[in-house]
Amino acid sequence: MANQVDEPMMVDGRVDSPGGSWPDRWNHVKKMLERAGPFAHPDFEPSPETIQFMLEVCKILVIGAGGLGCELLKDLALMGFRNIHVIDMDKIDVSNLNRQFLFRPKDVGKPKAETAAEFVNTRVPGCRVTPHYAKIQDFDGEFYRQFHIIVCGLDSILARRWMNGMVLSLINYEEDGSVDQSSIIPLIDGGTEGFKGNARVILPGITACMDCTLELYPPQVTYPMCTIAHTPRLPEHCIEWVRILLWPQEKPFGDNGKPREEREDIGIDGDDPAHVKWIYDKALERAEKYGISGVTYRLTQGVVKHIIPAVASTNAVIAASCATEVFKIATSCCNPLNNYMVFNDTEGLYTYTFEAEKKEDCLACSQVPQKFTFAPSAKLKDVIQYLCDNAATQMKAPGVTAIVDGRNKTLYMQTVESIEKRTRDNLTKTLEELGLADGQELVVADSTTPQSVIFKLNLSP
Amino acid sequence: MAATGAGKTMDKEKKYDRQLRLWGDHGQAALEASRVCLVNVTATGTETLKNLILPGIGWFTIIDGGKVTGEDVGNNFFLERDSIGKSRAEVATECLLELNSDVRGDFIDENPEHLLEANPEFFRSFSCVIAAQMPERTLLSLASVLWNYGIPLLVCRSYGLIGYMRVVVKEHTVIESHPDNAHSDLRLDRPFPALAAYVDAVDMDSLSKKDHSHTPFPVILLKNLIQWRKEHEGNMPKNYKEKGVFKEMVRKGMWENEEGPGEPEENFEEAIRHTNTALVPTRIPSEIQTLFEDEGCRNLNAESSDFFVMTKALKEFAENEGKGALPVRGAIPDMFADSERYIQLQNIYRDQAKQDASVVASRVTQILSSIGRPSHCISEEAIRLFCRNAAFLRVVRTRSLEEEYNPEKACVNEMGVQLENPDSEITLYIMLRAVDKFQQQYGRYPGYYDDQVEADIPKLKACMCGLLQEWSLSPYIKDEYVHEMCRYGGSELHSVAAFMGGAAAQEVIKLVTKQFVPFNNTYIYNAMNSSSATYTL
Repeated sequence: MANQVDEPMMVDGRVDSPGGSWPDRWNHVKKMLERAGPFAHPDFEPSPETIQFMLEVCKILVIGAGGLGCELLKDLALMGFRNIHVIDMDKIDVSNLNRQFLFRPKDVGKPKAETAAEFVNTRVPGCRVTPHYAKIQDFDGEFYRQFHIIVCGLDSILARRWMNGMVLSLINYEEDGSVDQSSIIPLIDGGTEGFKGNARVILPGITACMDCTLELYPPQVTYPMCTIAHTPRLPEHCIEWVRILLWPQEKPFGDNGKPREEREDIGIDGDDPAHVKWIYDKALERAEKYGISGVTYRLTQGVVKHIIPAVASTNAVIAASCATEVFKIATSCCNPLNNYMVFNDTEGLYTYTFEAEKKEDCLACSQVPQKFTFAPSAKLKDVIQYLCDNAATQMKAPGVTAIVDGRNKTLYMQTVESIEKRTRDNLTKTLEELGLADGQELVVADSTTPQSVIFKLNLSP
Repeated sequence: MAATGAGKTMDKEKKYDRQLRLWGDHGQAALEASRVCLVNVTATGTETLKNLILPGIGWFTIIDGGKVTGEDVGNNFFLERDSIGKSRAEVATECLLELNSDVRGDFIDENPEHLLEANPEFFRSFSCVIAAQMPERTLLSLASVLWNYGIPLLVCRSYGLIGYMRVVVKEHTVIESHPDNAHSDLRLDRPFPALAAYVDAVDMDSLSKKDHSHTPFPVILLKNLIQWRKEHEGNMPKNYKEKGVFKEMVRKGMWENEEGPGEPEENFEEAIRHTNTALVPTRIPSEIQTLFEDEGCRNLNAESSDFFVMTKALKEFAENEGKGALPVRGAIPDMFADSERYIQLQNIYRDQAKQDASVVASRVTQILSSIGRPSHCISEEAIRLFCRNAAFLRVVRTRSLEEEYNPEKACVNEMGVQLENPDSEITLYIMLRAVDKFQQQYGRYPGYYDDQVEADIPKLKACMCGLLQEWSLSPYIKDEYVHEMCRYGGSELHSVAAFMGGAAAQEVIKLVTKQFVPFNNTYIYNAMNSSSATYTL
């Protein structure tokens, strides 16, 4: 896609690549950029150079080519950004077509990033979207450092926190502890659920980051295991019973010819209608047994796949807010959003803008060493549980290492099977037994951040 | 909607899955039956249509007599470079049709003003009309035609970093408003006989430990409430202090848990947590009281909509069988309980809801025959849906554009109050009105030409002052806003258009599905600081 990069460029009368422009193309945008405005950022200087910067120099990364990503690519391309990269690890599904408008039925099964990039590059002449059919974790700091601005259109909090950690890791600090302004890559984030959405601007190290406001993201709804197993009341409880308890026991589809013990446990594929149908039938049986009504195929699929409702309109609104912020930050033509906007159009049309506050001891963006206090008799599993449950940390599968007797020792790690086996016994040992002393530093690694977090252990009986 | 085959139905089910979870199959059917008209191909206009075509409206028509310019292609995703010089309506229609093969559409390559003069009847066939960037005079005449036909109009435009929307609808009724956080309807303050009997039959003291800790919280609360009222001359716990005493009383009923001492019974904890909301007296919400006095409800006739026939029946129910309350909603929240007793309790509420709805249904039948309509033309199912939503019904009637634009009928007080904050979004509304006045006078937008930005500032200011004078408002608008408007020079930024296109599409979806609640009546989006406001003007 980069074939036009080295050719001479022309914009409105100046040198350009063939097909790159035509008279009046950027009229709408240029009025904003070539005229002084009383509400512009103090740094703003009206000039024809600004659009040249957008067209030729400014490099934007879009994370996600789904509901928000498709909109973002279109919005950014039509605002005059040409040098855009997009990362998405997913392939196109039929259920995307009601809002991800760069995809057609013939594209189902293709990687989203590639299809979206191709469409935008064709429709908007001169635009060069570079697709990456990959995970965000596949790239390192060097890759992310090349961008001026990063925009996230994700549906996962985990991925948001990881990106947040990444841009924070790219900050350089001056000797006096202040942030080196030139190392800041603004992170703009959008999220939607049904008719609700939010958009925010993060200036890493300067304004509130994703982890500063973790409590704004409610944890996923889960049902207590005893309810699922013994006292189901809702259709959801019946579906969860089949998914969590019956499926691993019955091992359906794992070669049904064999006796149950010998069957392989084929994981549930929420996109396989046979799997969903099986769960639906069994859930219905259980529901009938208890007199519970409301188990439907649609609900079954929703519970199994954790489906979040989504419509074109909300995605359009939130992505557009994000794109406007990219434009404002890239050009200084107006002050950026400070720094969080929520949107809801169920009853009337409502937005609320506020300044989320930077947390003094934020896990991700403060330079303050993290502390936690445990009794010497506390077990390692209590520490792990704390890291997962605590509202300020909300980790997924933390691994813990520490320097004990001058040696770097892995106390527990869940993500690598062999190490998990080797360290499993430590979970039930007390901190004292593990040789951890008061003031000890524990290095915690988790999928929520690309960098390890150091906790200072305060042992108090 | 008739499906052409089983395969297609399945495909739609999958394609629309994520939205069907929001508005259901009946909402989708309403959407698919709708016909939407867009007047003028602007970026805001095509973005709005895009967000309606994707979820699957039935039909759209685009009216625009203009030719595609270089500037148009620059900010509009549904016009292509090769199309410069061709019919704007035609090119946009083609590009938009690619989005969804289930949607059909056509275009009229004609100046809307001419069409409006020659054939106003044309607009009669639409469920909703969207007007993008129309000159004031034409807009007012379109609005008055649609007002007379009773067809909703949505005016939508983007101007620099400002978005403007106006809903114009004579009357729009909503049964399913989908409130975000509605209290449950448990009737603990006035238990119906089946509920009272069920609770009375439970003897907490004779229960096993397990059953005691799995008794649903409404049963616990109601038992305590009956006791309380015996001791307090029939009164409910009224104030904060009494509620505290009541909670203590509930807590005393707690047993030592089967898990051992120190582990409180979860159902009792739940009862205490729900005390405040459960003790709120059952009453008819003020919106519904107002609705009962509505002219539509008072003057029923053969032309009355089903909505008002049902509202009248609801009113009669509340005044008679309901003894001052609406029909029982029938849904209860999940709670800590064993399956058997939860389901029993659920069925008690459901059965009461069904009974109440059938009383409403027989009143509907009577009303229908009294106004000369077939007595069973409103289905039982529709009445049940109505009763389930009885506390959340909404009627939206906006003012007409004509009233708003008539200085004598304008909402001057509202504007005056808002203007006390010099940075209120109302300023942007007034500036947009001033821009239109300028456009009417000079035939172009202020600041359209680079070399006239400065010269247009005093001219626009004069237009603004003229308006304020018409409304007898003091000219307290900062010069910065006048300058900023001239900077915009009529530009339509794509990202602002995309925001407005998303918001506008959702309002159209509300209007055609009759679910959720449209705003009333003016929405201003300020992209400068990402804020917005709604005004009734």
